[in-house]
Order: sequence, then C-alpha cells, then structure tokens
Amino acid sequence: MERLINKYSRKLVSQKICEKGKPVFGILDDITTWNSGGDEVQILDSVMQRLSINSILFSPAAEPYRSILDYLAEYSTDTNGRIRPDDTETRTFLHDIPVTQNFSASEILKALMQRKGIIIPGCGIVTYGTVSPEQAFVTYSSICFSSFVKFMADYYYHAKGIIPMKGDPDPVFKKAVQWYKESLSSTASSPVIKAPFSSSEDVINSIIETGRLTVESGMVDSFFGNISVRYGDIIYISQTGSSLDELAGCIDPCPIDNSTTNAITASSELSAHKALYSMTERKSILHGHPKFSVTLSMLCDDLSCVNRGQCHIKCSRGRFIEDVPVVPGEIGTGPDSLSRTVPAAMKGRGVIVWGHGLFTAGAEDFTDAYRNLLDIEKMCFNNYLSLVER
Amino acid sequence: MNQYFGWAGRVLKIDLSSKKYEEINPGFTIYKKFIGGRGLAGHYLRPYCHLSWDSPETPLLFFTGPLTGTSSPSSGIMAVMSISPLTGTVSHTYAGGNFGTELKLAGWDGIIITGRSETLCGIRINDKNIEFTEAEQMRGRSIPAIFSALPADGGGAAAGPAAENGVLFSSIGFTGDYSPGRCGLGLVMHAKGLKFIHVKGSGSTAVHNSRDLGSARGDIMRLISASPALTGELGFSEFGTGALYDLICSRRMLPSDNFRKTVFPSAGNLNAWHYKKRYNPVKTGCSGCHILCRQISEDGRAVPEFEAMSHFTALIGNNDIDIVMEANKICSETGMDPVSAASSFACYMEINNLDIRDIDLSRLLTDTAYSKGEGNLLKLGSKKIAESLGKPEASISVKGLELPAYDPRGAYGIALAYATSTRGGCHHQAYPVSHEILRKPAATDRFSFSGKARINKLAEDLNAVIDSLTVCRFIFIAATIEEYTKVFNAVTGSGFTGQDLLIAGERAFYNERMMNGIRGLTFHDDNLPARFFNEPGSSGDGITLPPVPKDEFLNARARYYRIRGLNPEGRPLKEKCIELGLEWNDL
Repeated sequence: MERLINKYSRKLVSQKICEKGKPVFGILDDITTWNSGGDEVQILDSVMQRLSINSILFSPAAEPYRSILDYLAEYSTDTNGRIRPDDTETRTFLHDIPVTQNFSASEILKALMQRKGIIIPGCGIVTYGTVSPEQAFVTYSSICFSSFVKFMADYYYHAKGIIPMKGDPDPVFKKAVQWYKESLSSTASSPVIKAPFSSSEDVINSIIETGRLTVESGMVDSFFGNISVRYGDIIYISQTGSSLDELAGCIDPCPIDNSTTNAITASSELSAHKALYSMTERKSILHGHPKFSVTLSMLCDDLSCVNRGQCHIKCSRGRFIEDVPVVPGEIGTGPDSLSRTVPAAMKGRGVIVWGHGLFTAGAEDFTDAYRNLLDIEKMCFNNYLSLVER
Repeated sequence: MNQYFGWAGRVLKIDLSSKKYEEINPGFTIYKKFIGGRGLAGHYLRPYCHLSWDSPETPLLFFTGPLTGTSSPSSGIMAVMSISPLTGTVSHTYAGGNFGTELKLAGWDGIIITGRSETLCGIRINDKNIEFTEAEQMRGRSIPAIFSALPADGGGAAAGPAAENGVLFSSIGFTGDYSPGRCGLGLVMHAKGLKFIHVKGSGSTAVHNSRDLGSARGDIMRLISASPALTGELGFSEFGTGALYDLICSRRMLPSDNFRKTVFPSAGNLNAWHYKKRYNPVKTGCSGCHILCRQISEDGRAVPEFEAMSHFTALIGNNDIDIVMEANKICSETGMDPVSAASSFACYMEINNLDIRDIDLSRLLTDTAYSKGEGNLLKLGSKKIAESLGKPEASISVKGLELPAYDPRGAYGIALAYATSTRGGCHHQAYPVSHEILRKPAATDRFSFSGKARINKLAEDLNAVIDSLTVCRFIFIAATIEEYTKVFNAVTGSGFTGQDLLIAGERAFYNERMMNGIRGLTFHDDNLPARFFNEPGSSGDGITLPPVPKDEFLNARARYYRIRGLNPEGRPLKEKCIELGLEWNDL
C-alpha cells in the first residue's frame, strides 16, 4: 500500500495536476501510514479514522487548476454550495463537487460523508479511497478535469455575452490558456510499432505504446479513455479502470463472437468499439478525453432548445466541429449508449461525444488514430480561442 | 394512516405450535438502528441465538428492507435468517424473485416464525389476513409441485423433499426458481413443520420524496449501464453470473478436483457461451431489477449460477453441460444447495478415490435428497462426511460451510474473507471478487494481504448494509453507498449520511459475530483448510499460485481482529458492543 501512495503521488506530479512535494497521502489498515509529516496530517488523520475509508489524499492543485478551482468555488456554486459541471465524468461518477470553506476535520468530514471529493478554496482538494489510493487519485484528477472544462464552457458564454460570469474570470482564463498552449507545444512523438502485426504480442505492445504516448502528449489524463485493436476475430481492448499509460497486463482479448467471457473486465466501451469494427473497415480505436474537444462539444448558443439540459443524450442538431461530428451518447450499454451513435458517425478523422471525449480510428495501426486525436484536440483548442476572442 | 415511509411499520410474528400470530411494531429507533433485512432479522434472532437450530423457540426469519416495493433499483430480494444446521453458526441467505415485494405490499416488513407444527402446515398471507392450512398432502412433493398447488399470483416459499429427509444443506425454494441455498435453512423450515408460505399483497410502499428517488435512481441506472460486468455484452445481463467462469479460469483459480488443482482442462467447452448456444435461454430477474442475471432455458430450466456451473464441472471432473443442467434442476426441485452438494461429492470422491466415470451424478443427487444408499452419508455435508471417513482434511470448508468457486490461493482477500465470514466459507460478506477480480471500484493486488484486513472489514460493513436494505449485492459493482444513501433518504426521509448507514452495517455484522461468540466460536473457526497452506495451486500461463503464506494470513487475520474490534482470540469486546448500541453478554 505504501508503494501505491508513492506511485500516485508521483503521477499527480507527472500529470501536472499537483506540484512536487505537495500531495499528502495517508493509508490505513490497522495502523496509519503517511507520506508526509505536514501540518495537515493531524486533521486528515482525524477524518480518516472517522470514515469507512482506507486512504485519503489532500493536495493543493497546481496552476492553472488552483485558480480555476478557487474561482469556481467563489462564484459558481449552487444553493447547496456545490459545483455542477455538465461533463460526463461528473454526471456519471462525481454527480457534483462540494465546496467547503475551511480545512477543518468537521467540515471535511461532513462533506466527505456525501461525496468522494471536496474542494477547499485557497487550500486544495481532499479525496479518498475505500480499497486503493488509486480511487483518491482518480477522483482528484476527475475534479480537476471537470472543473477545467466547466470553467472554459462558462467562459465561452461569458465572452459571447450570453451568460456573464461573476467577478473577473479573465486572469484565470489567460493563465489556463497559456498553460495549455505550452502543454501542446511539447507533443512530438508518435507510435513506432506499425502494422502489419505479426502476432497478438505485437498488437498488445502497440496498444501499450500508444496508450503511453497519448498520456505523455499531455492532452489526455491517464485514467480516462480506452484503446483497442481488431486482430483477426479478436478485439484486444484495455480493461475497465485501467490507466492508458499503464496498460501492460491490462488488455483483454475479446472474441468477436463472444465465445469466451473472460473479458468481463474489458472497458465499458467494448460495445462501441465492437460496433465500430463491425460497421467499418477500421482496425484500431483510440478514445480519450482531451479538454477542449470536450469543452467545445458542450457549447451551443440555443438556450431555448427543448433538449437543453439533455444534450448529452438528446441533441439532434447534427453538429460538427469543422469536419468532426459531435454526437450524443452515454457511457456503456444503456438505451442512450454512445455505441449507438459513434460507429455510424465515424466517417472521417474522428467523432466527439457530447461532454465526454473523442474517438479516433485507424485503418491498420495507431498512426492515424493517434495523430488525429492530437490534431483534432489542437483544432478544437484553436476554434475555442477564436470563438471567445473579443 | 401509516406513519412510515419505506418501512411498513409491522412485523408478523407467528407461533406454529399454537397457530397464533401477533403484530410487532419495531418503531423508528429499531428501524434506524438495524435498517431491515439482515440487520433487523439479526436483532430478532439475537435473544435466541444460544439455542439449537431445531429448537422450537429458534426463530426462522424472513425480512425485507425499506426499499422493497419501491422503484429503487434492484431492491426486490429478501433476507432469510436462522441458526444453521450445517455450520452451527448464525446464518443468513438471500432470495430473489417476488416474495419479498409481495410481503412488503401485504404490509409486513418481515415474518418471525417460531414454534413447531405437529403436522406439516402452510401459511397463507393475504395482506393482513393470515391463514394456517394443512400441508401433509404435500409431503414428498417437489418444490415446483408445491408451488403448482398454490395460487399463481403472489410469492411462495417452500421446503422440499431434501429438507424432509434431513439434508443438512437443504435450501428454501422461492417462486420463480430462486433458492437461497446456503447453510441449510430449508431444514430449519421443515423442523418447524412448515411446508410453505404463500403471500399476496395489494398495498404499496410509501415514498417520502419521489422526485429525489427518481433522481437517485437515474444516477444508479447510469452507473449500471456503464458497468461492463453487469450490463456489458459479456456481463451478467447477457450471460448470467456464469460470465465469471472464463474469467476465473483465466486467473487460474477455478477450483478443480476438490481444490487439489486450480485449472480444469475442459473448461473452454463448459463456459457460459456454451450454455447460451445449447439452451437458448431468456433473461429474467428479481422484481424491479434491470440487470436480469437469471437465465431460463427454452425448456424452462434455470441455467446454473456460476458457483453451480463451476462446482458441477471442475470440482468433480465433469465435462458434460447436460449433466450440469440436470444436477442443477435436481437441486432446485428437491431443495438442496448445489455448492455444498457438489463439494460434498468432491470430498467423498477424493476420499474414496472415485472418478466422475465411477458415479451417476443425477442418481447420487436424488439419493441424497431422498436419503437413500450413499445419500445417507452425503446429505450430511463434507465436514461430517470427511470426519466420519477419517479424513477431515478432505472437507474444503470453513466453519463447516463448503467453499464457493474461487480458489483462495488465487486471491488473498478472498482467503481472508472465507475465514472471517460469520456464516462460514463464503465470499459474499466481504466480496473481494469485486476489486481482486473485477477491478471495481479499483483493482487491488490479488496476491497480497497488504491492506486487505481493513478493506475486508469495510466491505463486510458495506455488504451488511446492502443486505439490510435488501438490495442486490451485484449492483454495488457499479454503484456506491453514496448513491444508495440518496435512495434511502428519498424513500424513508431519514436524513442519513452514508457513514450512518455503514455504521448500521457494522452493527449488523458485529451482532452476528456476537451471536457466534455466544455459540462458542473463536479464532479456531476463522481459518482455512490446511490444503491451502500446504499445497500450491496449478501454476502456468505466467501465473504462479504458491500455497497461501500462512504467516501472512495469520498476520492479516490479527490485523482484521484489531480493526473489527475483537480480542486476539477473535471474540467480541464489551466496549465495542456498547459503542455500537448492542447488548453485551458475558462470553
């Protein structure tokens, strides 16, 4: 367990969510172990001892997340003191994000009895796990992602004069945009393992490589997304809950005819991947949650649309961002599943799912899928900037 | 007018000796303390927990939860509890189908049955009307035959021929072919002279805030749809729990040859896909459930659950799925737990050096149910079989309950869970399958005890809440207590936090631990069969299965005792009882 808190502390830093030395992680079995002796430990320990959890994480967020969180906490909470981003991650897993004002055991405890993570403005984020510190890491990362997307979506309506934001969001906006520009400029590598694949081992290595590169590009957070290759009559797909940058041992072989079910642990998007392979000649699929693809997919000026508030499942406008379609769809297999919308829309470089993420597909290997994911995200970023330019 | 939301506010107490009944009103304090289902049943069992399973005073309890009868997802199951004839421990098991919903709609949160009828009898519950009927004419009938004599509408529960013939692992059959099989509670039912219960309700469950319930329900439905294990195209919804067969096989932890091996060479031809191809089953499920994990073949037989599928193949060396279907049907119709039945056979086969070709499985099962020939011994379960034949080590059981189809050498959280479960060798109370195998809510290292003591304790508390709410445990592969707290509050108006519910779960679990303590159980009973410490599993495919490291197991168990609030001998502590608001008895 100690190994895990060190691992996820490092990941928070390498993914630029936290600054080095800031994450405070505690784990509890029969005794508590901390990775830090900071002042926060006493309060966090008190919280952990009183909750049915086995790990707790506190850290100030790195910029620009810190400024975004502080802004949203001050100006964008609802009547219950919660932030409500519209993206899929929030809707499905977080529901909403509570804000509490003080770093005190009683306030943190009260909020964490309701939700998996909380924002304390000027301080940071507190999250927890019940079986693994990984849960705390994922929730932390998810709060940062959702908050970023919400801020950028809100700023669009503000810049267009449709829904003004309170206070002065401009400094935060400029900081976030500059940070993202610098992130994009460092993306250079591309997959070296190419088709034709000579064995399933080749396929698996190609998936592992591309997953890692996708995270290293800085456009996609490690935990969110999935990736697959169709090789003969088998789909090799990343497992549910796996990290794109750690796919070794986490790829399930799924026969097209479902004749074995050992891939019950496969990604929740297996149905979408399978449908896409059956409807097209594509051989590889890459799915991630790049921030501006997600943000841009949520922007629509028609505030009086009857589907407003249900855009993620009901949008019928047939929207495009340049050549890339935006479709509705939920995670998984329900009646509004994205497996019913993405495959038919995959005619060009990729498909964006409303508020969720971007799917790209390649003819043979990941060369095109990977390049398209990066290009589409850059395109969305530039489109976003031109839309908010005043 | 009913002052309650969620709860009916009434419990039906029946004395079969006098054929009289009374209404008990637990009151808010008890409801909020024990919630319902497993927790509330445990509360009513506790004063009698020192008694023998066949004492007339020992109650047999059927309890619903506060969500039963509402649109809360997967809330259509119910808890059944008593003292187990097989293990001598407190025992609880769970029935799907519609019985619980009908009971709730009839205006009852639960039934407490005590006494003993001189002749076989039945109980008919129609809302508040309670009627006792003769049932001697049903003696010897199969469970489906009993149900065919009862009204088609409503829910039924029945003890079958196996219970009449003293099978220690007798189950209670419920309409819709549901059999809460473990621990032999069918035999308790028969010991009371009770052949069947039929219940029909015409009321409804009051909901405090329907809008909040709808919102919470939407959150849960979204999570169910996002769960590959539940509704993915390879998940329970498509293949039933048999979907686990290939996965457990690929992890090299499929118990084979009475747990002497952990792989079965024929497994590829015996997986859930083959049942689907051969029997073309349709999906069905409990009242109000969208997962629909039950599979019924074209000829009306239930496709076996994973445990039966595995134990009637790998554990006994059978590679014929027609035989598995038939074995499962015999268990269902006569009222026997297929897990204990198959494991008892595997134990018997090992001791007598028998091969699957040496036995006629169907005949042996029938002989067991009707106590004929070798069935006279087999009906006693593996522990007594092995002891009577002088090879106690051949019984792969904990506290006398045969282990399910996950070899503990392949997952150490499961190893610890088997040992500490209050009802014996059972993975369900801590359900480490979720994180060690299915990667939910996050994957853990299955070959490590690190952190597992607390993880298991927390999961036992959580699952005790789930069993008290009487929600299907599988749904928590996708949802969390966070979503169900919202459901609970919307239904009952209680204003609980998730932590409040988890403390109620801890209370329910500790109460069971207390009951077992009163019955004399200690750390000696929280152990694994020696085989797992001394013999390796079947390594291969890059996976090594050494014996479970005993020192690490014992250290993890000692940590578990500290975390659970037990003394080093695994017995409850007075201060912990008081902290949880439970009565203390000197042990």
